[in-house]
Amino acid sequence: MAQRELLLSGSAVAAADESAVSAYPEECCGFLGGSETGGTVKVEVAWPVENRQQEGRTHHYYITPEQYMEGEDLADRSGYKLVGIYHSHPNHPAIPSQFDLEGALPGFVYQILSIRQGATAEQRWWELSPDRSIFSEIVPRALTPKQDRT
Amino acid sequence: MNVKVRIPSPLRRFTAEQTWVAVSAQTVGEAMEAVVDQFEDLSQHLYDTHGELRRFINIYVGEEDIRQQGGLDRPLKENDEIMIIPAIAGGTTGEAIFDREEYIRYSRHFSLPEIGLDGQRLLKQASVLIVGMGGLGNPASLYLAAAGVGRIGLVDFDVVDLSNLQRQILYSLKDVGESKIKIAKERLESLNHKVEITAHEEALSSANAERIFANYDIIVDGTDNFPTRYLVNDVCVFQGKPSIYGSIFRFDGQVAVFYAREGPCYRCLYADPPPPGLVPSCAEGGVLGVLPGIIGSLQAIETIKQITGAGEPLIGRLLLFDALSMTFHQVSISSDPNCSVCGDSPTITKPIDYEMFCGVSAMEETVSVPEMSVQELKGKLENGSNLLILDIRDPWEWEIAHLDKALFIPMNSLVSRLDEIDPSKEIVVHCHTGIRSANVSNYLIKQGYTNVKNLRGGIKAWTSEVDPRLMQY
Repeated sequence: MAQRELLLSGSAVAAADESAVSAYPEECCGFLGGSETGGTVKVEVAWPVENRQQEGRTHHYYITPEQYMEGEDLADRSGYKLVGIYHSHPNHPAIPSQFDLEGALPGFVYQILSIRQGATAEQRWWELSPDRSIFSEIVPRALTPKQDRT
Repeated sequence: MNVKVRIPSPLRRFTAEQTWVAVSAQTVGEAMEAVVDQFEDLSQHLYDTHGELRRFINIYVGEEDIRQQGGLDRPLKENDEIMIIPAIAGGTTGEAIFDREEYIRYSRHFSLPEIGLDGQRLLKQASVLIVGMGGLGNPASLYLAAAGVGRIGLVDFDVVDLSNLQRQILYSLKDVGESKIKIAKERLESLNHKVEITAHEEALSSANAERIFANYDIIVDGTDNFPTRYLVNDVCVFQGKPSIYGSIFRFDGQVAVFYAREGPCYRCLYADPPPPGLVPSCAEGGVLGVLPGIIGSLQAIETIKQITGAGEPLIGRLLLFDALSMTFHQVSISSDPNCSVCGDSPTITKPIDYEMFCGVSAMEETVSVPEMSVQELKGKLENGSNLLILDIRDPWEWEIAHLDKALFIPMNSLVSRLDEIDPSKEIVVHCHTGIRSANVSNYLIKQGYTNVKNLRGGIKAWTSEVDPRLMQY
């Protein structure tokens, strides 16, 4: 899969940010809905789901199969396609971990928000490589690096 | 049995965007095989390398998870609906990826709450590029390899010189003349074989910087010249990576983390490289051998903090160390909205080579003055020419070796002692290698001296070509 173009709506970015900050010091997670045409992924909306990780929610998140189906249904009903997942890394960089790699789905955009001391320090977007070996970063076009400082 | 299999949206890219795939099968396992037969690219996302269903892939028949119903052998009825549903998990930590040796090796890190197991895993997953394996790169690479950074890249193209051993602690006397990067790689691998060391034996340039940097998370700037320092900064800004900066001169050191995503870059502080000749190199100005040990170690600390998220990063602050007064100071620095590389409307968007405009290699080209070779000087002296040899080096250099009958006026007292230089004579100016004396020759010509020559190659050339009895340095 060649590197795709990523466009973000301001409201989706704000929703993910709010969810990450309010979950701190635990990890948050949620869905990204939008569309994909040709090589362009558009993220129009982001909405949170409860982190169902049983223990260690400061370091892990878990979205159950039931939650996933609800998310997909909700996206379908609203006329969106599920295009990705966001989650936060409290006090850690916005770089995917080995654990993130194992559970990753192809084609999804993975937004990671680094939260330090309760505020968003950095956010980056990633996608799984075709052979599942690594994540590669996608730099969103609608946001310049300056704008994602908070 | 005729059944339908529901494909979750991210996997529909492999099923020509079909949500439901119709197959004929007796068990869930057979239905899955039939789907994968039709759409082969699905396979690696459903099964792991051992052919087992991936941990986060769940299969439901109706409302029931098949893992509670005999798994893939669960029999099917006509018109059953099978759903492939991913669970989604992730987080900051991976599974236990340390072996017995590593648990002991890193035990002093594990007991630090700010690092612990999680931080050590981040270190193991991290990749750091060290540009320049000199005084700063040596201690930084030793500590980062010892700390268990998973992948370390080294960039250098030089060989070990005897004068390096005063401060470059990776190298020994037997290594003189050998490739720095080869010795460094061996030494670091013997220190920690769990670390993957990649050697980039090339000079960093606008042509290769983006390619080399692309494979690393963090760049440690251990360069000794301005062209490379600006190149490191610019490419870090382009790729959104932090540059862990350190520099040393005489007894003074500086450290900062330049990370344009979170604070200023090097160009916000110094927009452009200084003009050639204004800044002496370490070779000319000197450096206390221990100084890079301090500064390179501080760079290693900031690198570990960036990786693990521990503490307050040195972003937006420039740390100044003075070994003579033994003091640390810090000054606040902030992003410049007009910065030409990380500002609001950047003008620099691809790597630039300053090699032609500044730095040591270009200095000889920019100051063009009449020259004399050491052979020519030897001939003139043998013929009894009445010329004035002006030595403008520092006193310690004069003590090591000097030419007979030379007039010794150190460069920094030249202006006040100009009257000692007889303008009617032919004047030959020399230093160690011919760079400082070129600047002085230029100055004398501007002061009205008409017969001034710069001794090409300086006393170093004289010692090797004319008088090997003099001490080399």
